[in-house]
Amino acid sequence: MSDVRVSAWGRLRNTYWLSTWLAAILALVATALFNAGKGGPGMGSLLTTALSFSTFTVLVSLGQMLVITSGPGNIDLSIPSVIALSGALSMSAMESSNSLIAVGILVALASGMVVGIVNFLLIRLLRIPPIIATMSSALIVLSCAIAYGRGMRTPPPALLAEMLVARIGAVPVFALFAMVLTLLVWLLLTRTIYGRALCAIGQNRNAARLAGVKTGFHVLLTYAISGALAGLTGCLIASYSGGNSLDQGNEYLLLTVAVVVIGGTSVAGGRASIGGIWGGALFMFLLVALLNSAGASAGLRTLLTGIIIVMVVALTEKRRTR
Amino acid sequence: MRNLRANTSRLLSALTFAVLLGLIYRNQPLALSYMGLTLLLGASVPIVFATLAQMMMVSVGDLDLSIGPFISMCAAIGAVILPASPWLAVLLYVLAVGVYVFCGVLIQVRQLSSIVVTLGLSFIWLGFALLLVPSPGGQAPQYLVDLMAWQPPFVPLPVLFALLAALIAYVIFNVTVFGIVVRGFGGNPKVIQRSGRSSLGIHAAVYALAGLFGIVSGLLLLGQTTSADANQATSYTLISIASVILGGGEFVGGKVYALGSVFGALTMTLATSFLNFYQVSSDWQVAMQGVILVVALSLRTVINYSGKPA
Repeated sequence: MSDVRVSAWGRLRNTYWLSTWLAAILALVATALFNAGKGGPGMGSLLTTALSFSTFTVLVSLGQMLVITSGPGNIDLSIPSVIALSGALSMSAMESSNSLIAVGILVALASGMVVGIVNFLLIRLLRIPPIIATMSSALIVLSCAIAYGRGMRTPPPALLAEMLVARIGAVPVFALFAMVLTLLVWLLLTRTIYGRALCAIGQNRNAARLAGVKTGFHVLLTYAISGALAGLTGCLIASYSGGNSLDQGNEYLLLTVAVVVIGGTSVAGGRASIGGIWGGALFMFLLVALLNSAGASAGLRTLLTGIIIVMVVALTEKRRTR
Repeated sequence: MRNLRANTSRLLSALTFAVLLGLIYRNQPLALSYMGLTLLLGASVPIVFATLAQMMMVSVGDLDLSIGPFISMCAAIGAVILPASPWLAVLLYVLAVGVYVFCGVLIQVRQLSSIVVTLGLSFIWLGFALLLVPSPGGQAPQYLVDLMAWQPPFVPLPVLFALLAALIAYVIFNVTVFGIVVRGFGGNPKVIQRSGRSSLGIHAAVYALAGLFGIVSGLLLLGQTTSADANQATSYTLISIASVILGGGEFVGGKVYALGSVFGALTMTLATSFLNFYQVSSDWQVAMQGVILVVALSLRTVINYSGKPA
């Protein structure tokens, strides 16, 4: 990889996330202009909506980003199933009672983390390729969610549901929470041994191991964090939408990968781009909003999204190592 | 002994398939009859061809995350456009293969990750499929329906198709020079480039073949379902990847096995209906595929490990 040279690295990373932000801003302005002609929501309220909807995407994408950064072939396909299962588990743990919110969130985090650890064990102990390992556990977890959540629809605690829609001025409180979490992940990546080790592992696992990095432990941590974030999101989505449903995580499989990659994280591993996650998530939402307000049908919207993803990737993704 | 080990590891999917079929037979002997196999394996026909398409990609070290939506789209074209204006449909199919080839070339030229490009492609196929069939509909041409309802003498139709697919894949990868070059390219692209072959040409041909198998799969699927739905083949993406890996393929190194992959596809199909024979709640059908993948692949790890010198 040409971009690991220390002098150019920081600058390049900046450009990576800058482009998604520019794209997001372009989409925002274009949508607002379209809306202005038709008397739709203006730029401010559009941004508020975009922030609250992107927040879920950001939370899961942070986990996906860590997994993808841990090296070529690493990807977490179990995210949608974890979101479905943790939604069901946490809703039933909270029993719609405000006093049990903490328990429910703990259950959500724990269930996701367990799946993450199982993923790691499948990959490490049984030597199953990550894609297949996380796919298998996704299938099994989904079955658990189906069996456990059949016919169940417990409403979330009122307090949690209110917190998710609360706003300070125009900024959703929940989006602020996600920003703090993003900051924490950024600190984790840039200021801790774990973060440095993760990038080293992603760039060259053997070199990292020979340099004394505990590759097993750090990869375990990565999958556990990704699982926990997906679990948390599952609980929050269920609370936001008034109860859990089995397919509440479906869209997040392709969406997280798209957001992570458009945001500038290298698919070959070893380079994470945190700022790009927000840019990518906002862009993906605003793109749909833009196509909606331009009157595109669902098919055309999906088609154009695909073309834009391919174009963005063709233009920004740098050479991978083979 | 070493050969035996290698072969067991390679034909693990066949063994898994045999075990599953044996367990089904124990509970329901009729399952192994002509009609029984036709019904049990019916769903495997399009999956087998989706697996062939995925094999092409895996052989050069790429992955296709768009094959499922691509097959849905091909079925949609077949249901909406093919009956009325066959030539337009053919044109669209050629165009679709062209897009595949373009992406293959793009991936090679810009050294992009196939996962991401095909992820974008999957949105394109799905979008086009949604434009064609916003809600499930269309009507399959009669000859496709007849083909899938055909009851050939002695050999059940799904078995016939599986044999055909295995033969095609075997010829491509193990008989033709092209196949050897492709696998070599997957193993070490530089060597093949230095021997004077065009890496662009290889990529283009591999992606074109993948597209072709996708079209076949879509048409066969359409013959079974008789109408199109933009999401009907979405699950094929992951199933086809699993089948190739179950069949002994590896993500790196140009390792793909024709017969193994076809058995992989049959196993994945059987896994979903297996639990019906043991009166287990259908909630767990999805899990069965996961469990079989984990068991089969950990067996392979064990076999390969015991073969390594200590």
